[in-house]
Amino acid sequence: MDVEEMYQEIILDHYRQKHHSGLREPFDAQVVQVNPSCGDEVMLRVTLDGDTVKDVSYDGVGCSISQAATSVMTDLVIGKSVENARERYAEFHEMMHSKGRMEPNEETLEDGIAFVGVAKFVNRVKCALLGWEALREALDQTAAEPGGATATMTQEK
Amino acid sequence: MTLAADKTSAGYDVAALRADFPILRREVNGKPIVYLDSANTSQKPQVVIDALTEHYTHHNANVARAMHLLGAEATEAFEGARQKLATFVGAARPEEIVFTKNASEALNLTAHTLGADLKPGDEIVTTVMEHHSNIVPWQMLAERTGATLRWFDITEDGRLDLAAAERDGLINEKTRIVTLTLVSNVLGTINPVRQIADQAHAVGAKVVVDASQGVPQMPVDMAALGADLVAFTGHKMVGPTGVGVLWGNYDVLAALPPFLGGGEMIEIVRMTGSTYAKPPHRFEAGTPPIAQAIGLGVAVDYLTGVGMEAIAQHEREITAYLLQGLQTIDGLRILGPTEVVDRGGAVSFDLGDIHPHDVSQMLDAKGVAVRGGHHCARPLHERLGIQSSTRASGYLYTTTGEVDALIDALGYTIKFFRGK
Repeated sequence: MDVEEMYQEIILDHYRQKHHSGLREPFDAQVVQVNPSCGDEVMLRVTLDGDTVKDVSYDGVGCSISQAATSVMTDLVIGKSVENARERYAEFHEMMHSKGRMEPNEETLEDGIAFVGVAKFVNRVKCALLGWEALREALDQTAAEPGGATATMTQEK
Repeated sequence: MTLAADKTSAGYDVAALRADFPILRREVNGKPIVYLDSANTSQKPQVVIDALTEHYTHHNANVARAMHLLGAEATEAFEGARQKLATFVGAARPEEIVFTKNASEALNLTAHTLGADLKPGDEIVTTVMEHHSNIVPWQMLAERTGATLRWFDITEDGRLDLAAAERDGLINEKTRIVTLTLVSNVLGTINPVRQIADQAHAVGAKVVVDASQGVPQMPVDMAALGADLVAFTGHKMVGPTGVGVLWGNYDVLAALPPFLGGGEMIEIVRMTGSTYAKPPHRFEAGTPPIAQAIGLGVAVDYLTGVGMEAIAQHEREITAYLLQGLQTIDGLRILGPTEVVDRGGAVSFDLGDIHPHDVSQMLDAKGVAVRGGHHCARPLHERLGIQSSTRASGYLYTTTGEVDALIDALGYTIKFFRGK
């Protein structure tokens, strides 16, 4: 597979027109993930409503792969249960470590299946996972905090 | 257009010289690879590759401790390499050459030894254009000692802002160490080391120079440079990886405490305390990179054979050609000087909406190797208001045909991502 194929139109569309981007308030957890080798960064916030992921907002700098993967991720988890979001994380994570050999499930991963080709380019796997890792860390944070979703924070300006 | 075609006139035949570098015959998608990442690491001529094999095949033994034929041969070759390096950079004597594992280790050695007696109130001065290896060791030193780390800013055209430094009294009576790069690995800027060294010495400070991008590209004479300690690395100057060099003025080195403790850096060891060897061995604890240093000696012979003046001239011509080509691309911003005046061969650029990671991946698919990222100079990128950049860097084997291939591939990349 060549590089042109890796850059699926779905990926470029999400990169050019990112879904749910920008940082919003209030939020329950905020994390920063960086890829030290290339400097890509994402700041991501999660807002819960009980067991539901009410919102995921983010701001970041990075390549098309990291930006598009984060955009796709928000489409997949906003409005879904926390458990569901964790399942999508696990599924996406598995696909990205499959070296492109996994047959992705379009029912569950939707636009995310476009990244199966990226999994063949080892040095880009981290890019695709940047936003997803931020999501996992943010969800872990909400689970660790007593009171969880009720302890909603606002950013001090 | 052929990749081997070259329009520079540096006084040596670039096409013929390329035959010395076997890796340049590698092909990607049926075409020879275009290697424009020499500021990251240089390719190696066959003589250097052969020197490693020759050493391990015929002369391998530990140095300075094995009292047998092979030990004598290995020691002679290793110390011979030290002499070659000394001659190459105009050192006063071979004892001024310390072998380390890389330039980072040389700079850490410097921070630990030169900075050993720093105290709160003392100041260390670096620059915002440094590689992380000439920032982080000094930050760590400041944390250990309570000294303050200050830095030169840059001007809009990517040169050290000497006027602002003067205005802010950056170098003053509290300054103990001034450290800066000879040539920026991102901007390509060649810094006025001599001028800054004279200023630093006038207030009694010591001067450290990171010459990792300088020594490979141009003749560097330690006496003329005016620094006290200078770090550079073997693998960027057609030598093997795993060996770096710290040059130090002998009197400065002789006054420094040891860095790492271990074998060969001692004079007498008693359980109650030890005394230390004289430079350079004081700073070479443990078995050194023997084969690598010998390989670096051969690399230096190779560079000298081509001629450092000729290499510098070729570097200027290829950089001018590259700068010219890049400036034909709409919306491309070159970081650093856009003309070859006090400028080295690393050319970094920004394409705005197309991320360097994507640029370098697409160029790679076209057989063109460049580097995308912050090039271990994150503070500089932050200062420039960008997160990362794409960098093309040539060397003595780079042809104008390869630069043409880069410009073509960049055109393709831009069309692909912008969709027009």
